[in-house]
Amino acid sequence: MELCSFLTLDSFITDPLTHGFMRKALLMSSLVAAVCGFLSSYLTLKGWALMGDAVSHSVMPGVVVAYALGLPFSLGAFIFGVGSVALIGFIKQKSRVKEDTVIGLVFTGFFALGIVLVSKIKSNIDLHSILFGSPLGISLSDVKQTIFISLLVVILLSIFRKDLMLYCFDPRHAKTVGINVFFLHYLLLTCLSLAAVVGLQSVGIILVVAMLITPGATAYLLTDKFDNMTLISVLSAIISSLIGIYVSFWFDLETGGSIVLAQTFIFLFAFLFAPRYGIFKLRKLFASYK
Amino acid sequence: MESINYQNFRIDAENICVDYNGKVALYDANLRLKPGQICGLVGMNGAGKTTFFNALTGFVNISKGKIRINGESLRSAQKDQTIAYVPQNEGIDSQFPISVWDVVMMGRYGSMNIFRCPRESDVQAVKDAIERVDLADHLSTPIGNLSGGQRKRTFLARAIAQRASILLLDEPFSGVDIRTEKLISELFIQFKNEGKTILLSTHDMIHVREFCDLVLLINKTVVAYGETSEVFTPENITTTFGGISPDFLFGPES
Repeated sequence: MELCSFLTLDSFITDPLTHGFMRKALLMSSLVAAVCGFLSSYLTLKGWALMGDAVSHSVMPGVVVAYALGLPFSLGAFIFGVGSVALIGFIKQKSRVKEDTVIGLVFTGFFALGIVLVSKIKSNIDLHSILFGSPLGISLSDVKQTIFISLLVVILLSIFRKDLMLYCFDPRHAKTVGINVFFLHYLLLTCLSLAAVVGLQSVGIILVVAMLITPGATAYLLTDKFDNMTLISVLSAIISSLIGIYVSFWFDLETGGSIVLAQTFIFLFAFLFAPRYGIFKLRKLFASYK
Repeated sequence: MESINYQNFRIDAENICVDYNGKVALYDANLRLKPGQICGLVGMNGAGKTTFFNALTGFVNISKGKIRINGESLRSAQKDQTIAYVPQNEGIDSQFPISVWDVVMMGRYGSMNIFRCPRESDVQAVKDAIERVDLADHLSTPIGNLSGGQRKRTFLARAIAQRASILLLDEPFSGVDIRTEKLISELFIQFKNEGKTILLSTHDMIHVREFCDLVLLINKTVVAYGETSEVFTPENITTTFGGISPDFLFGPES
């Protein structure tokens, strides 16, 4: 029965839409993907992949504590996300340990704390949904939080779009012409924490870093213009989310994993076939046939 | 006692020290430059040249000393777009997805509104600057597709568009073609006549003799400072480069 319905693309797309939870999942995941994709351009150009990984793992204890206290989980996550970055900066400055080591040890410490807390606090926390995401089971209050945070990040990034680009490209020039580099640094970190918070609902804490770097990396291979890079990054993130959710629906797969795998496949496609920067350099191939 | 009128100096750095987490990179350095002066900054790798630039742009904080720009604080000089920094080619990410036009437009950011929307005057300033460095054919070229010399000229155009009166240039002649070298030399003469103050670091001793009115020899601190003809002696150069003779460094006759 189900096999037959694959035969028409139409029903492949429309059948899941008859379920309310699927419509919600598709909409929310697209929104989250768009936010993470927008930020992704900046993170990949700034070289903050590891930082993204650190922040997203560090929010774990915050989520657990917030759930236990009945607070909005985004608040707890945000505090621990920013806290981890502050701690990384502090340890780096006060010790001789190299930065990547500090990042690694701080975020694993936070993450471990989160896991220990989950085992200690007996509540209805669903560890699986925190670790791997649960876009299909997102609650109404989570929807409100997600929409609010997403709008906030999009507005902040839109206002400071050009300043952030300058900050990623040449912070010294920014400083020289009187632009507040300190503010931009923490603005980007704040957006990173917030995006990690909304992203983890889609794909979970472990994979959220993929939402923050893969779309940007894909776009980076496809264009030499910053604005196009942002656009491609957002689009590829949304498309991956839709593909991931549909595929997980029809084949009964883990949704978060499917979304990230879709992103990875799109990246691999760009890696091989990007006109200028792909392995096969299609642009040159076509030029030689002319 | 003669009182010093700081207004006369474009740059006045007094006993400045910079340290990174307790490691001293520069100490007790002094520099005074007037409008229309070109000064060469000479020293070994790691002697503190880039640190000196970083201190003058405000990119690192000085731990001691004082910097005055036109008699005012560094902070207000930044707000007034007084200082422009032209980085070394190695100092920037050449794979960043950005065009020549956009880089030069960044020179105008400091005087735009918060959304950085270019006004008519900004567009004109960028156009003029790009023409002065002879890159009008490359407006929308990504910087990754430029030659080293073209990239250097792009950043020089950014400084021109900024209309700064102080130009700090880190190795402006390294890795550039003859055409760019000639163009930069001509621009230096024009800048001097416009009354701009230029501080440039270089490894090439011929360039120092050619353009620099003054020379600042540093090795963590100032080894010698003054008129090029008086200060740029084999003895001073030897001291600056840790005892290696200038003949060995630059060949005889240089």
